[in-house]
Amino acid sequence: MPDSLINDPVNPAVNPVEPFLRSDRMPSIWCPGCGIGTTVNSFARALIDSKIDLQSLALVSGIGCTGRVAGYVKLDSFHTTHGRAIPFATGLKLANPKLNVIVYSGDGDLSAIGGNHLIHAARRNIDLKVICVNNLIYAMTGGQTAPTTPEHSTTSTNPYGVFEPAFNLPHLVEAAGAVYVARWTTFHVRQLTRSIGEAFQKKGFSFIEVISPCPTLYQRRNKMGDGLDAMKFYKEKSKVRNGAPTSEVGLTMTGEIVVGKFVDRERPDYQTLMRAQYAESLGERFVEQAEMVCS
Amino acid sequence: MPKGRVSIVVERCKACGFCVEFCPTHVLALSSAFNSKGYHPPHVVHPEKCSGCDLCGMYCPDFAIFATKVDPAKGGDK
Amino acid sequence: MKADPRGVLTGVHFMDGDHACCEGALAAGSRFAAGYPITPSTEVVERFASRVPTVGGTFIQMEDELAASITLQGAVWAGAKAFTVTSGPGFSLMMEHIGYAAMTETPCVFVDVQRGGPSTGLPTLPAQADMMQARWGSHGDYEIIALCPNSPQECFNLTIKAFNLAEEFRVPVMFMMDECVGHMTEKVVIPPADQIEVVPRRHTHKPVDEYLPYETNGDLVPEMAHAGEGYNFHITGLTHDERGYPNMTPQIQDKLVRRLQNKILQAADRIAMFEEEQLEGADVVVVSYGITSRVAQRAIEAARGRGLRVGKLRLITAWPFPDKKIRELAAKVKAFVVPELNLGQMVREVERAAAGQAKTFAVPHAGGGVHNPEDILKVIVEAGRCQTA
Repeated sequence: MPDSLINDPVNPAVNPVEPFLRSDRMPSIWCPGCGIGTTVNSFARALIDSKIDLQSLALVSGIGCTGRVAGYVKLDSFHTTHGRAIPFATGLKLANPKLNVIVYSGDGDLSAIGGNHLIHAARRNIDLKVICVNNLIYAMTGGQTAPTTPEHSTTSTNPYGVFEPAFNLPHLVEAAGAVYVARWTTFHVRQLTRSIGEAFQKKGFSFIEVISPCPTLYQRRNKMGDGLDAMKFYKEKSKVRNGAPTSEVGLTMTGEIVVGKFVDRERPDYQTLMRAQYAESLGERFVEQAEMVCS
Repeated sequence: MPKGRVSIVVERCKACGFCVEFCPTHVLALSSAFNSKGYHPPHVVHPEKCSGCDLCGMYCPDFAIFATKVDPAKGGDK
Repeated sequence: MKADPRGVLTGVHFMDGDHACCEGALAAGSRFAAGYPITPSTEVVERFASRVPTVGGTFIQMEDELAASITLQGAVWAGAKAFTVTSGPGFSLMMEHIGYAAMTETPCVFVDVQRGGPSTGLPTLPAQADMMQARWGSHGDYEIIALCPNSPQECFNLTIKAFNLAEEFRVPVMFMMDECVGHMTEKVVIPPADQIEVVPRRHTHKPVDEYLPYETNGDLVPEMAHAGEGYNFHITGLTHDERGYPNMTPQIQDKLVRRLQNKILQAADRIAMFEEEQLEGADVVVVSYGITSRVAQRAIEAARGRGLRVGKLRLITAWPFPDKKIRELAAKVKAFVVPELNLGQMVREVERAAAGQAKTFAVPHAGGGVHNPEDILKVIVEAGRCQTA
């Protein structure tokens, strides 16, 4: 490859997201046409736009393709166990409330094995920003049915077609108590970036679902083409409906994809409620948590 | 004089084609050359059309491409 | 360093083992616990929930034990000393995160107030049948430390020790109580804070650009950074190199897993704690731990009353198993007698370490109560008659 393609030798430029990446680990393990990297791109740009103190950020992932995000961002980053990113993040946040804690994981990790933690963190309104990359399938393990896999699609564990109903994740987390709920696809990079920035402004449990291509397993098995075909599909089928009732945003295999910001409301978060309760009940006996750096 | 300039990190590219497809001014095309992993990275076919909007950079899942605005007064990156 | 006086309830108390364990955690500097209710352990976190807002800290009751056992590790990486408390069925659920703590070298304490099993078993009744689970319950090769208190006073003292060992070795420490010890009420003396030694975190002071999360520099235990300090470190349960980055080669696996084992095994003699009595000249040594050691005491004294030369070895550290001590004794005594509230767990370790030099007699009990001292006495008498191996 000629060098001129790599960069302009006279005016070398740096990718604006480069400072947020562990460049020494690139290229990523993600397949060609996978959308997870695009979501990370939007995440990094949201960090730039929000001018948030990077040192205050901690990012927690579970297991799976999206679980690998923790390994590619140059932040304090934790690749935890399958489904447990949210409770790990809860511990980080409660022990050091100054941290801005992001949970970055996949649909299977967050809503199947981690489903119990998802609803309870939303109920408690733990101040976490959850980015759920939904590729509609278990990808890392080879294309098995997820709780989000649309009915009538085919997976390696439903080779005759998926017949179980899928979760509508925005509806689930809204019902459980999330204060901010949005959905975009990897086609909506600007809107996604803006949504992530908005979530940083919220105190409480924020949930952003990003529909993302899995060309290797979901698209291929369902004869839906490659990653680019998925992107074109999102472009064609997406309909922005901000404020749409989440009960109406369930996904089907080939139907409309309702995207937008669905929920943006105020509820006191867990730590605010906890401190208020202790202050009321204990009065002067209540001792505020000190910084817990036991060195 | 173009308003923007595209930079490509060839070795990171996996040739998904997102940048080529979604460039609003159709600056890019996949090249016939290979990188060391065997992918065809994009190349700039219409440099004069680049607006520097960096939509290619936003779509790229592999952090392999980005565009910068060119300052017409200085003829360099803004 | 000395304990933070805010968490130390100095004085003479009358409390049960569960409550004493909670006070030990507070004295050790723990200001974070995540739990899920389960008999007979719940009193530990109930007391913690009541006490911790008055000393500055957090308790959260999670949705299950899987959550509790990883929430506490998030807190540790934010700088806290943290623990969780459970019993058999919950301990089973926590195995996943004992493995994660071992792999990521997260210092923390898991308290297991043992009850009868398997499964739901005997929720309110004692057993000591989780001893092998504590050692081997999570998958893969790893080492942990496990302590076994036999009184409320020890529940206090050894909980502090458990936190200290966790910090020193960056390892999850299993605190293996049993229902009897947990619910037994006795005098507990809590000393002034300046008489309580606590081990601080192995917190790094390296500049950001020189710090590697799993670099050990000859010492087998790496230094730790906390989230929010600017180190931008990465932690994973995958096999990882010194940078903390996933590296799944047999070479890195070998290097990492051997170090995780060796940091404990090479210090096994230093970690080992036991109570010994009349081992010199003994023909038979009764090896026991937890509540069973107190039942065995009566049998030992009865046997001595019959003129038998019986020594006592009470295991305070169950893991790493004190191989060396058993091996040395095996060369001198005829037999070991091992009563325990299970159908044969630590007795296998005694037999292994004795390596045929002395005979080993189990005194099994399926749990739900404690041994009748007569049953232990019978075996001591039988062991005393055996020929030297």
